[in-house]
Amino acid sequence: MSEPATVFALALFTATIRKSVPLIFASTGGFFSERSGVVNIGLEGMMLFGAFSGALVAVLTHNPWLGLLGAAVVGALISCIHALATINFRANQIISGVAINLLAVGGTVFLTQVFMGGERSFSLAASDRFPVWGPFLPLTYLSFICVAGASVFAYYTVPGLRLRAVGEHPRAADTQGINVARVRFVAVLMSGVLAGLGGAYLPYFSGSFAKNMTSGLGFIALAALIFGKWHPAGAMAASLLFGFADALQETLQGRGGLPPQLFQAIPYVLTVIALAGVIGRSRPPAALGKHYEREAPG
Amino acid sequence: MKSNLKAASLNIVPPLAALVLAGAVSSIIILILGESPLHIARVMLSGSVGSMSSVANMLEEATPLIFTGLCVAIAMRCGLFNIGGEGQLVIGAFVSAWVGYRVGGLPPVMHITLCIALAGLAGAMWALIPGLLKARFGAHEVINTIMLNYVAFILANYLVGLPYFKKPGQIPQTEDVLSTALLPRMTFLYEYTRLNVGFVIAIACVLLIYVLLEKTEIGFEIRSVGHNPLASRASGISVVRNTLIAMAISGFLAGMAGSERVLGVHRHFISPFPFGYGFAGIAVALLGRNRPLGILISALFFGALASGGAQVDIETNVPRELVTVIQAIVIIFVACEYPIRKLVFMKKRTAP
Repeated sequence: MSEPATVFALALFTATIRKSVPLIFASTGGFFSERSGVVNIGLEGMMLFGAFSGALVAVLTHNPWLGLLGAAVVGALISCIHALATINFRANQIISGVAINLLAVGGTVFLTQVFMGGERSFSLAASDRFPVWGPFLPLTYLSFICVAGASVFAYYTVPGLRLRAVGEHPRAADTQGINVARVRFVAVLMSGVLAGLGGAYLPYFSGSFAKNMTSGLGFIALAALIFGKWHPAGAMAASLLFGFADALQETLQGRGGLPPQLFQAIPYVLTVIALAGVIGRSRPPAALGKHYEREAPG
Repeated sequence: MKSNLKAASLNIVPPLAALVLAGAVSSIIILILGESPLHIARVMLSGSVGSMSSVANMLEEATPLIFTGLCVAIAMRCGLFNIGGEGQLVIGAFVSAWVGYRVGGLPPVMHITLCIALAGLAGAMWALIPGLLKARFGAHEVINTIMLNYVAFILANYLVGLPYFKKPGQIPQTEDVLSTALLPRMTFLYEYTRLNVGFVIAIACVLLIYVLLEKTEIGFEIRSVGHNPLASRASGISVVRNTLIAMAISGFLAGMAGSERVLGVHRHFISPFPFGYGFAGIAVALLGRNRPLGILISALFFGALASGGAQVDIETNVPRELVTVIQAIVIIFVACEYPIRKLVFMKKRTAP
């Protein structure tokens, strides 16, 4: 290595944070949905819609904060489809998630062509993007605040306790007077908002929106949630680990040595191993993926 | 007879109603874009059945979907969600290309059979990983198949970059397969078609899977486990064994899809490999209600949509991504069939 080790370490550190932020947002979003009992493999699609709408609103209004709001709102709207389908119409949660991912891949390119007159990608001018606060974008700090907020909410507040109760034992929660459907609906909406924000980070950082730019980040976020044992702090730690692997791969590229694919595969392989219980069993919420139907009164 | 009719209508009415609703939503989207839905529908029709070349194109698009639809369905009939078709397909495609250009001196029929069989086996092995993890540790196959999709892309990308596999040059691809491994194209339909004998093999698979599921003991056990694993276990049917069998067959079919793409269409493996057949297979199986014949019909429908969508892209201002959007809308409506079924069912009950 030609440059001093400290320069290398610093570059690696900032790259790690940069790679982790979208994952932290989305995995925290996944936390809400999955802990309420609703599987959310649509995180990928919600992120992609967030990336698109965040970029589009910023370009149209020249205000990145409004763009961020747009990403959150669109994320919520898309997750609303998932919530309606799975909670109200009892659609299979995995199938609904697959549909949302397809909708995002097709829909964002479709809408890009509609709004940008036939183009398949578009760029953000410097004035449409966030200023850098210290070494990072404002969104970076927000992501860590969200993790702290989610932890406090889930483990130190009554609504948080209700959220977890609904995901573990909806019938017991129901007999306590908790509206299971409503808790789940709100939780899925939260996951859409956070995934949208995580997606919006991508065009704000890179300066453009491109077709399918999330390219699997939503699934890595899901992996982080599982590897972090369905806990916000655990998911954040896993996101940082996966972000580190990605940053290392990028920083080491062209320096010979190990193939970059080895680092790319880390999140996926670790998750498979964690699910099998080799490094401390990762146990999903008990009612995850199950529809809840109230018993008929009387 | 009457209950048969009712069962059949429960299988046919909800998907049809979902298609009608999806068509309505798609029409609204097209109207918002300022185009006429009728015009788009006409272009779609001409692009899928309007001429010999479009029919060939539609069948070519439908071929991998038949395989991946069956792949999803056989797992689903055993109560398993295999969304790893995408990865199993890529692994199969890679193996098929490798055997296709590396193994020489075989007569065509044997070479093709070898390529397809090894591709299927590779796909089956890849699917058995989540199958084993499910059977041994109870690890959920949905997450594991998703993760293994990405591991498959990364692995194939790594392998095709190695000097042993890579064709000299900038592009990460293998050599073209030998002429003995090429699936003959059906040029009697249309001179430049990429439709090939793989379509016939796909139809044969539809029949085979039908017989397997409906007429054999293995099929009965698979369906029984899918229906009620606890009762199956209590009556002496091994859940573990059937989980593994269903996943292996499922992966084999995905591997065959990859093989058809390589031997019949692309003629080599390239990274990244064309993406989406595995996920589209979920839509195909869902619309076809996991029945082999239903899958054939719904694969033809989605093939027509893809082929017609390409025509729409050329002839109108509506981008071809409309097709993906329509696919997603169809999936959502088919998945939300519960209210429709309830409606149909309740009507039946109020009748005297």
